[in-house]
Amino acid sequence: MKVVKALLVMVFVIFGFFVLPCAFGQEAALKIDTGDTAWVLICSALVMLMTPGLAFFYGGMVRKKNILSILMQCFIILCVISIQWALFGYSLSFSPGEGFWGGFGWFGLNGVGLEPYADYSSTIPHQVFMIFQAMFAIITPALIIGAFAERMKFSAFLLFTVLWATFVYDPLCHWVWAIGGWLRSMGALDFAGGTVVHVNAGIAAIVTALLIGRRKNLDSNVPVPHNLPFVVLGTALLWFGWFGFNAGSSLGANGIAANAFVVTHTAAAAAGLSWALLEWLRNGKPTMFGVASGAVAGLVAITPAAGFVSVIPAIVIGLLVSVFCFTAVSVLKPKLGYDDSLDAFGVHCVGGIWGAIATGLFASKAVNPLGADGLFFGNPKQLLVQLIAVAVTILFSAIGTLVIYKVVDILVGMRVNEKEELIGLDLTQHRERAYTVLE
Amino acid sequence: MKLIIAIIQPYKLEEVKEELYKVEINLLTVSEVLGHGRQKGVAEVYRGSKETGNLLRKVRLEIAVNDNFVEPTIKAIIKGAKTGETGDGKIFVLDLKECVRIRTEERGSAAIG
Repeated sequence: MKVVKALLVMVFVIFGFFVLPCAFGQEAALKIDTGDTAWVLICSALVMLMTPGLAFFYGGMVRKKNILSILMQCFIILCVISIQWALFGYSLSFSPGEGFWGGFGWFGLNGVGLEPYADYSSTIPHQVFMIFQAMFAIITPALIIGAFAERMKFSAFLLFTVLWATFVYDPLCHWVWAIGGWLRSMGALDFAGGTVVHVNAGIAAIVTALLIGRRKNLDSNVPVPHNLPFVVLGTALLWFGWFGFNAGSSLGANGIAANAFVVTHTAAAAAGLSWALLEWLRNGKPTMFGVASGAVAGLVAITPAAGFVSVIPAIVIGLLVSVFCFTAVSVLKPKLGYDDSLDAFGVHCVGGIWGAIATGLFASKAVNPLGADGLFFGNPKQLLVQLIAVAVTILFSAIGTLVIYKVVDILVGMRVNEKEELIGLDLTQHRERAYTVLE
Repeated sequence: MKLIIAIIQPYKLEEVKEELYKVEINLLTVSEVLGHGRQKGVAEVYRGSKETGNLLRKVRLEIAVNDNFVEPTIKAIIKGAKTGETGDGKIFVLDLKECVRIRTEERGSAAIG
């Protein structure tokens, strides 16, 4: 109940601001391009599908007593963050400004109209850009779910998600992508969200995994994924949706979109193959789970680079990301003993950092004149800028996540009690069960 | 030789297994079953309508033991599964006529352990 009250108070505060709408000047009339608009609208729908895809990707990995809790967390994020984004998330992230975030100038999408907003995209309606970005804001907190799966209280999860989206995602998004954002001004390249989405969520994942602690009976009863075909289905939906994520980030139906589409596909393919080969070498057999994990790692790694690198570097990025993520997941994690249940850190943070660094190595102006050259194309400074962007993301995300976690833990308590954890979150948090025994 | 059948709460399986290992019982068969319970389990609700069926999910353990292991086994199951609330389950002890290990064709108490 406390949570419901807190949410209600938040809604009222938000509507308080609504009474004072800011008048915004009309932008000069820009011509909307139908091809670009159609493409970005479709891409928005593709990226939307990634969150349900992620739900199945993660849902298949948990025990059957917890699958609905994962699906529920993903879907409720789709509901809650969509509203948060329309009310104030988009404004905080993208309204121009040099501060901590963009402020409330576009509160309730006031001033976000059907004409293009030239600073972000001169050929598509501003609202198309907004809804495309909304899907990114939705999937980012959903990625963190993998770290604390099977043991977080639903009420705490809701509160944590709204606060994290507002105080971690929105500011970081502003710094990297918005007009006046200081990382953008510094020249950091992040085509589709390697740092903002993946490193950010990956760091939040490791922080929450460490704070919430290990699941019960981990050693005596190693949790086995209850439905691997779900994991594969989820991977397929993610791969498909990722074309929207990366190729849509060109914000137009153009050559850069084509480049992003092609390198996204080849990097994912290379990474899936490379993970399988690693398993074959180390464990004797290649697994379906491994190919799925590898493909997702490849998609993560190519994300910041998709608009700036060509195909051969993309294949290298894909082949290598599996080496890093495989090591993180199957060597580092058991050694250090943290319980990042579904490897949100091991895949998204590790893969995201490699992607950001790889962008600094392989980026080329020959691919995208609006980008920059990387180290291998004679510009070592770009690598430094990329490293700074990664470091800032890690630091900010870690501190922000830590503070928000502690606040929510004090308010409602983060973790379910032991009995609830053993019975499972589906029954104890939602009073539902995914599967029947008879019939 | 006895066959011990225990019906327990599913979420107590881990604890029961642990207690059984402590008294060196590590051969057991586990299955998921539905039972006609006396207690009200954790109720499920589908779109607002409460499910009224009273078949509840339970875990069934089957353990074949030699006579001197019967008491330790029963005690271990109780230790792991008891909460003091209705729904903790039951233990049945049956005489076991024969036991054959397929691999070696051994019979009787030698085949059990």
